[in-house]
Amino acid sequence: MNIHDKLSSPAVAAEREGPSNKIVWSSRVRLARNLARTPFPGWAKKSVRVETFKHIRDNVLQVESMNDCLETGMDRLTTLDKQILVERHFISREHAAKNSGSGLVLSRDESISVMINEEDHLRMQALLPGLQIKNAWTAIDQFDTHLEQGLDFAYSKKRGYLTACPTNLGTGIRVSAMLHLPGLVLSEQVNQIIQAVNKLGLAVRGLYGEGTEALGNVFQVSNQMTLGETEGDIVERLNKVLLQIVDHEENARVKLMESKPKMVYNHIGRAYGILANAHSISSKETMNLLSLLRLGMDMNLFPGSSQALINELIIITQPAHLQKANDGKLSAEKRDLLRADLLRGRLKHVDRPVVPDTKTLEDAQNQGENE
Amino acid sequence: MLCDICKEKEATVHLTQMVEGKTKKIDLCESCSKAKGVDDPAGFSLADLLLGLGASQEMEESDTASTKCPQCGFSQADFKKTGRLGCPECYDHFEEGVEGLLKTMHKGTRHTGKAPAVWQQTKDYVDQMHELQTLLDKAIAKEDYEKAAELRDKIASLKADYAATSKTP
Repeated sequence: MNIHDKLSSPAVAAEREGPSNKIVWSSRVRLARNLARTPFPGWAKKSVRVETFKHIRDNVLQVESMNDCLETGMDRLTTLDKQILVERHFISREHAAKNSGSGLVLSRDESISVMINEEDHLRMQALLPGLQIKNAWTAIDQFDTHLEQGLDFAYSKKRGYLTACPTNLGTGIRVSAMLHLPGLVLSEQVNQIIQAVNKLGLAVRGLYGEGTEALGNVFQVSNQMTLGETEGDIVERLNKVLLQIVDHEENARVKLMESKPKMVYNHIGRAYGILANAHSISSKETMNLLSLLRLGMDMNLFPGSSQALINELIIITQPAHLQKANDGKLSAEKRDLLRADLLRGRLKHVDRPVVPDTKTLEDAQNQGENE
Repeated sequence: MLCDICKEKEATVHLTQMVEGKTKKIDLCESCSKAKGVDDPAGFSLADLLLGLGASQEMEESDTASTKCPQCGFSQADFKKTGRLGCPECYDHFEEGVEGLLKTMHKGTRHTGKAPAVWQQTKDYVDQMHELQTLLDKAIAKEDYEKAAELRDKIASLKADYAATSKTP
């Protein structure tokens, strides 16, 4: 199975734009569904899993939005391709570990992906650029309604949609957004925000789910509770919180430029210096520095360069994408060299950050300190 | 006090979090707290931990603890191990234990969201009935018997309509 005939190139994927996408990189709504009277994937025998996989796949393929889609069993993918799909956020890490009896269906425009026999029989998600969680909910709600005409979902009047893990019970909905918050991190306010968001019953995670490390100042905010509220209420609540976080991030950036412009320019200048000149660099460091470069672009310090370039660099410097581009498995050391070569090459045409006159800056800084 | 996760070592990390007005509490030993990333309070959310964990404790107290789900053969010990259930019917079989568990992790224990189309009809009916019944109770409390009689008739006709048109799933 060659997924690369269907999968969009990183350059094309990087062009996608949405509202507020300086700060909100993407919005996602996923629904968990299971078939009635059928054991959940984690408990089902292999023969049952293979059967349910085929049955579900055939139904998914009939939905109109799946015309000309990418469809594959997990057993037909190489480890590298699975990892590429993880890096594009089309499948979970857990799903990448699956083999026969599990699969993926991804719509042509890549906005809808369906994982079959992950933790639940179906995990369907709508993934859109920018802050569009309401649109994502509408899209996946319609998709689910189409699917339900052919599939008999496990549902109880009292508990709603029945899921393998009780944490997903009821609506089976997980609404999340990926947020880029360098302003709040640099001004050391991000922990306060995280705590406030946690108190509202929402979870904050790093770029790749579990673990607490937020690489590249990117945070994922999502709902935790799925039962006892309607989908609309959950979406609405998260949307409100996201708008507030966007506000806080914008304010933090303005404040930083008033009080500590030198500190901000220093971070961005150094990030540019390393990315454009390093000869060996890890994916972690790359992500952290690209975040600062992206901040610089948001602030118009790199006239003539677009944020699509940063988006693309974020995709292609990840381990699996890097290995795919270089025809196969590479050691971490070798990857770090190739990653640095790639970055130097691509940043050759990006000029050093254009920073306003330093004298006025110093005045501003002094003023900020005197306040 | 023993750790809620390994149940072996002494718990030294005690966490309490208020989530929408409800207090949730968990006690962990040092190594388990590190393993779960609890030592960094910033990125940590209690709900992640409660998953499957408060779970098994709640379920231990129920009568169905020793039995298996008749549909799929899943047992309570399996739930303890995996934090997942075996099949949709498990929710009925382990109902008693599940109820307590759901209270700790969700806003409510009853579904109020989307329903498959076949169920939607039933849901609309139930919602309407509920609404009429509430109005009826109010009317009776206020001794407005004229209104009450009117509502009683409405309920009867709704019932009759529903019985005539639906095949209950």
